[in-house]
Amino acid sequence: MKAAAFDYVRPRDLPEAIKQLASMPGDAKALAGGQSLGPMLNLRLARPKLLVDLAKIEALKMIADEGDAWRVGAAVTHAELEDRPLAGCAPLAQVARGIAYRSVRNRGTVGGSLAHADPAGDWPLALAALGATVFLTGPGGTRELGAAQFTRSAFATALADDEIIERVRVPKLSTRARWGYYKFCRKTGEFPDAAAALLLDPERRAARLYVGALDRAPQPLDDVARALAEHGTVSNEMIDAALFRVAPDMGPGARKLRASAVRRAIAQVL
Amino acid sequence: MKQGQGVGASVLRKEDARHLHGRGQFVSDMMLPGQREVAFLRSPVAHARILGIRKPAGTEGSVFVRADMPEIKAIVAPSTLPSFKLSEQHPLAHGKVRFVGEPIAMCVARTRAEAEDLAERIELDLEELPALVNAHAARADKSIRVHEEWDDNLFLTLNLDNGFDEASKRADVVVKRRIDLSRQAMVPMEGKAALAQWDERANQLVLYASTQTPHIVRIGVARFLGIAEEQVRVISPDVGGGFGYKCIVQPEDLLVSWLALKYRGRAFRYLEDRREHLVAGANARQHHYDLTAYASKEGRLLALDAVVTIDGGAYSNWPFTIGLEPGQATGNLPGPYDFRGYRCKTYCVATNKPGFMPYRGVARTGVCFAMELMIDAIARAVDRDPAEVRLQNLVRPDQMPYDNVARKHYDSGDYPHALRMAMQKLDVAKWRERQKRGEPDGRIIGLGFASYCEQSAHGTSVFAAWGLPMIPGYDQAAVRITAGGGLEVRVGVHSHGQGMETTLAQLAHEVLGIDVARIQVVHGDTGTTPFSTGTYASRSIVMAGGAVVNACRALIPRLVKIGAHLLKCAEHEARYEKGAVVGPAGSASLAEITEAWYLRPERLPKDADRAGLEASLAFKPKVDTGAFSYASHAIAVAVDTDTGHIEILDYVIVEDCGTLVNPMVVEGQTLGGVAQGIGTALYEEMQYDANGQPNASTFADYLLPGPTEIPAIRIFHIQTPSPYTEFGIKGMGEGGAIAPPAAIFNAVNDALHPLGVEMRETPLTPEKLLEAIEQARIQPEREAA
Repeated sequence: MKAAAFDYVRPRDLPEAIKQLASMPGDAKALAGGQSLGPMLNLRLARPKLLVDLAKIEALKMIADEGDAWRVGAAVTHAELEDRPLAGCAPLAQVARGIAYRSVRNRGTVGGSLAHADPAGDWPLALAALGATVFLTGPGGTRELGAAQFTRSAFATALADDEIIERVRVPKLSTRARWGYYKFCRKTGEFPDAAAALLLDPERRAARLYVGALDRAPQPLDDVARALAEHGTVSNEMIDAALFRVAPDMGPGARKLRASAVRRAIAQVL
Repeated sequence: MKQGQGVGASVLRKEDARHLHGRGQFVSDMMLPGQREVAFLRSPVAHARILGIRKPAGTEGSVFVRADMPEIKAIVAPSTLPSFKLSEQHPLAHGKVRFVGEPIAMCVARTRAEAEDLAERIELDLEELPALVNAHAARADKSIRVHEEWDDNLFLTLNLDNGFDEASKRADVVVKRRIDLSRQAMVPMEGKAALAQWDERANQLVLYASTQTPHIVRIGVARFLGIAEEQVRVISPDVGGGFGYKCIVQPEDLLVSWLALKYRGRAFRYLEDRREHLVAGANARQHHYDLTAYASKEGRLLALDAVVTIDGGAYSNWPFTIGLEPGQATGNLPGPYDFRGYRCKTYCVATNKPGFMPYRGVARTGVCFAMELMIDAIARAVDRDPAEVRLQNLVRPDQMPYDNVARKHYDSGDYPHALRMAMQKLDVAKWRERQKRGEPDGRIIGLGFASYCEQSAHGTSVFAAWGLPMIPGYDQAAVRITAGGGLEVRVGVHSHGQGMETTLAQLAHEVLGIDVARIQVVHGDTGTTPFSTGTYASRSIVMAGGAVVNACRALIPRLVKIGAHLLKCAEHEARYEKGAVVGPAGSASLAEITEAWYLRPERLPKDADRAGLEASLAFKPKVDTGAFSYASHAIAVAVDTDTGHIEILDYVIVEDCGTLVNPMVVEGQTLGGVAQGIGTALYEEMQYDANGQPNASTFADYLLPGPTEIPAIRIFHIQTPSPYTEFGIKGMGEGGAIAPPAAIFNAVNDALHPLGVEMRETPLTPEKLLEAIEQARIQPEREAA
């Protein structure tokens, strides 16, 4: 299939891009790497009247050290994060390296992944566990939201029609921080069938465990994370119970797979 | 490895240069002046009566429905099989739609996107009917019918009984299993493609089509459009994979041809995209088996009772008909085994899915899967090693040629030797030891074996028994030595990955000694090649190859006659040798002889053969029941019982396709087939919901194995020539795709036997595997309670 007709603009700066989006509320769509939006356009699942290409907005491509955190522009590609390890944020490169294939990583962006909110996507899961903040800019200025709050459900986010993700802020980890990230993909480069991300950083008082690749947004398993932080260990029964709580309607095979993903993310940390 | 360029040499493929440089020419690369693109409005539902189709205003001449084209006949594939019911497939839906994706209206515009815009504006009034999605249910149901004029949903029922009662009586052990394969799409890289234009000068319709069988498409287009065959020329340029998907007349071929006849001077093109292929082209592999095996207490198979149900989909294709699959399933289920009691009932059931087509392996991937899982089940029932049980049951070399229980005639080979060699190459003892020891990461090792034999190059009598309206007979080749001493070889088969531009040249080189670089193989154009039914059923190297060999041989006496005259010796004193005629005193080169024939006829003898330096000859093997290739696959896997992941740790193939023409080409064909077999085993599946909606329409949901999912595969050859073919060559194009599902499932079941798990349905997904492990864990607890 080929995309339905649409108009196309490539603004040079963020205010112009926001003005373009606001000119057709609901009918304009921002285009970053196009790795999800491209196929959706061709399948005519997405039918914007106006496509606002963010490729020429340099401000969205910046990576900057903010002292206790890294600032990552929304249009930074997975490949750039893969190739440039950020001090204190080693998980970013590790997660980036595991996304799809290199050709997808060359074009796909952090902001695009967050905005698309595929429940099996890497960044909604990883950035939630890392405690990242998402900055959204619209006609009224910039607001910020936790990554976990930004993703509302499968393919649904807090982003308004006339807003653009400008950047994310990823807090640096302490040297004692432990990071576990496991995803199970049936084949190389595919979206995972099960995924889990775990951060234990006692110095920063962070203990977050999220399970992804569900039919909804990444879900926190707070009690499991707390138990791990306090006791350094957790029972299989507790993991099973937590999974049942966040996704009660899974079949036995699907639940087993997710439990295995959680256990393997934990095993990387302990 | 054999040196030189003839039979047995791994000559690099002549066709690779253009493909590796991206200079291949496919239909999608073509652009004719005034070309229009075609898109289809396809059925959104699986089963419905069409109450109305409203074209948008002002689209006359660019939107067409069935009523606009009375000139095109419906595709009906007659069969001589007794119980066969005919289906009528209209090029655009007529009266009813019978599967999701069936074309309803054709839209024409300057670009594909604009043609799709037109399709969106058409209004449909459909009265939905209950969809028949499950073959067992459709067989039982007579009230809802795919074809209302039938009295049930059965395309065809086949019955075979050969000594079953007698042989089954003596059994000590009876093993019953239900075994299932899911529905697949064939997924060639290039989908369907057709571009048609009327050629005023030649007074011909020219159809560029992505097809394996240009001559058959020509006949079909002429017949279904009601024009003379002389007025149709079919050109199949580079074709991006066939696999059986492109061996029939496609409704789309007829539709673009109809446009070209109606609007002379314009060119019309249709290119199937991936979404259309997955939705409207999922037409293969779905078999269901209910099997009962009767064996001695040592595991010697005595008799097999089978009920096979094939989910035939909505329509029977032309010319292969839907009878091919049940015919092949019934005849090939006994496989390479020696037993004497066989009863098989095969139902081919109409359902609301795309019509079944012959996919690489044709039924044999299914029957091999079913039979090989049964052999392992028997082995477990008698508590013996599955490889040993296999060895005990395989047809022995001293029984060759062997007429099996389904009346197949196996021509030659040493089946047990292939399996023993595969076991040795895998090193079974090493793996059993490692299996016993256990893996440090907790995974479980399993070993799997699968043996099969593959009917190849089967001819007239075999296809006649399947009742087809098109039966292959003699295959022709036309060869011509050029003025400069090169050779042109024209064949009616088509090469689209098989490497025949090279292997046919090797056969010609073997006879005439002309450098392979100077041999041009011409194929893919009905205007320039002799007739052949085309490339399918692992036939071309035997059939077209045999014709090439015979045509080349026919030139030799003519060359000798001229050469002897040039050498001033008697004909009986001269002989042809490696591109020259050699006499008692000196030799005449091919170039000197061709120079005489073409440019210096005063040098010719007065009685030179007036057939000249070109020959057209036909070939058919001495016995046309097929040359049977065979192989054993032996593999080791590691199963992760936490994630359901299966890793293939070693994959060994020992195969025998008779005399090897080009070992590298044989290995390439095998590897490609194995990749598809791994797809069947672990990844590929078109699921349908209760309404007959396919659940996958992109590769995000229809998984294919990629390069990282294909392990290193070790291939070893045995060469037992066929007694019936030129040089003893056997066909082998399909074999790689036959055995992998059987070998992989047997390996996984070997690993999981201690857990009480046995998997019997393709594909083996992690979720299904984990669920079975959970079931098996809970079951004994329940039984204990």
